Amino acid sequence: MCGNIRFIQGNEVCSEAALYAHINFFAGYPITPSSEITEHMSVKLPEKGGKFIQMEDEIASLCAIIGASLSGNKVMTATSGPGFSLMQEALGYAIMAEIPCVIVNVQRAGPSTGIPTHVSQGDVNQARWGTHGDHAIICLTASNHQDLFKMVVYAFNCAEIYRTPVILLLDEIIGHMREKIVLPKIGEIPLVERLKTTMEENVNYHPYLPREDGRLPMSDFGGKHRYNVTGLFHDMWGFPTDNSEIVHGLVHHLTDKIVDNVHQIAKIKEYFLDDADTILVSYGASARSALQLVQNRRAKGEKIGLIELQTLWPFPYSIISEKCIKANYIVVVEMNMGQILREVKIAINHTEKVFLANRIDGVLISPNDIENILRNIQGKGV
Amino acid sequence: MSIKKYIRERFFPHMWCSGCGHGIVMNSLLRAVDQLGFNKNEVVMVSGIGCAARISGYVDFHTLHTIHGRALAFATGVKMSRPELNLIVPMGDGDALAIGGNHFIHAARRNIDLTAIIMNNRIYGMTGGQFSPLSGIGISATTAPYSSIDNAFDTINLSIAAGATFVARTTTYHVKQMIKIIKQAILHKGFSVVEILSQCPTYFGRKNNIKSAVNMLEEYKNNTVPIGSKLLIENPALIQRGIFKQEEMPEYCREYDKVIERAKKE
Repeated sequence: MCGNIRFIQGNEVCSEAALYAHINFFAGYPITPSSEITEHMSVKLPEKGGKFIQMEDEIASLCAIIGASLSGNKVMTATSGPGFSLMQEALGYAIMAEIPCVIVNVQRAGPSTGIPTHVSQGDVNQARWGTHGDHAIICLTASNHQDLFKMVVYAFNCAEIYRTPVILLLDEIIGHMREKIVLPKIGEIPLVERLKTTMEENVNYHPYLPREDGRLPMSDFGGKHRYNVTGLFHDMWGFPTDNSEIVHGLVHHLTDKIVDNVHQIAKIKEYFLDDADTILVSYGASARSALQLVQNRRAKGEKIGLIELQTLWPFPYSIISEKCIKANYIVVVEMNMGQILREVKIAINHTEKVFLANRIDGVLISPNDIENILRNIQGKGV
Repeated sequence: MSIKKYIRERFFPHMWCSGCGHGIVMNSLLRAVDQLGFNKNEVVMVSGIGCAARISGYVDFHTLHTIHGRALAFATGVKMSRPELNLIVPMGDGDALAIGGNHFIHAARRNIDLTAIIMNNRIYGMTGGQFSPLSGIGISATTAPYSSIDNAFDTINLSIAAGATFVARTTTYHVKQMIKIIKQAILHKGFSVVEILSQCPTYFGRKNNIKSAVNMLEEYKNNTVPIGSKLLIENPALIQRGIFKQEEMPEYCREYDKVIERAKKE
């Protein structure tokens, strides 16, 4: 048991969890505050016969892992805001061509170069809408290392189940913070492996013809089935088309396969919600402060609870709406100008009950910060 | 000899204009693959965006049609995963050396075993005739209405300087040479570059008062010479054809296998 206890950075947790999920190809480009993931992968992957490559930039990194994923590998890349911006075109390609891959964005304060070594949660909407065109995306996050490990594995699983890129949206504090983690044993967290076609060679394999359950079995690129993959709208053979029915169907397929499964994909953690009059909604590093505050004030008898989001996209609107139905104050705690606030307002019928507690100065929002804002909201003065 | 077996017939007719050189390149490329005796399953074609990149849709290999300029980065991921496969990456001049220039020099620097084929028509055809980084000074294009002031890259020198270990040039007029060079480039273990001058009568020709595809092919015949030809003394402006560099150097995927060995020992 002791052998499984580690005291490591969140970035290292990412790498360890990726290895647990059977990653065998990683491409990356150095960028603060995510570089440790790339460094760690360069050490660990070749030890198990996997491949690591440092590419010339971030978009090349995402392109390389897409190529490697098609060839039968579980793949990941890691970056921060500026690199994530550069990746957006390739992200759209992975969505369109339905390539399983995991992209870690350890957020820094932005826009632009911003403050590379300070915390922010400003990329929530970029993760959702950064690449052009209609699409849906899976975006996951975590607030502590034990959860992070699970969410990384979950990201790999979702990528395989839904044949889609999955974004792990972390922040600088989670990435750089060291804390205790008990590394899960083999088999403790279920893994989803690549669904491969069982069709024989010389049988007409349709790479984009879903099975009855909606999943698309893959055939390793370079294997026994030859087919075309493109970022153009394409038919079930993977060939370009501008047939309006097929185009319409593909946009729906790419969106519906994620949005219609929001209840399967969405993960939240609940703290003291049963009788809560005030509910905080938070995620990532800010959820740590939110939880601390909730525990402090519960100890004083206040009816306050916390919803911690671990899935940011697809946003679990109906779950949030249901959980908050009795609350009078719903306070979104995040480190941006209100990117999740907007979604919570869509979820809640009475938007006048929804408030923002934020910091946008590269400093972690503290329990004290939240408390002060809360007092204002509740009309109790500071 | 029939190359029909390599063609995805139901996706024809192709989208290239009449007189375009790219069909000649496709034909030669398929003849090269046929002469090498490869199984279709051993060939992966990765392309980007543009007229040249459309080759990948028409041929019955494993085909990956990607995004503009990034084909070599995708190909790197495939090759690292499956080093035993033959990776061919056809690109236009803009795709390879403008938006894709950085990926190009880095793939060359790594000497990863990919065959980069630059189908150089000196223009952006698909978008309607804008000048490219290989157009050169004095060229007319839809974005150079008063003639271009941009210098052109020298593909050969650029490739050699970046570290490519097989570098060659030919034209759509010199089909036999093209087939031979493509075969050598595919067999070469390392990053190979084949620049193929390929005519675009629709845009480059029309914008620069070259009357037809035939005239453009005649220019390739008259304005190019084998490397080191004596004719260069009288006319240094002639373009040289042939293999400029062919050298065995450590190849990236093989070197990475050594990394794995070292990592497993420690």
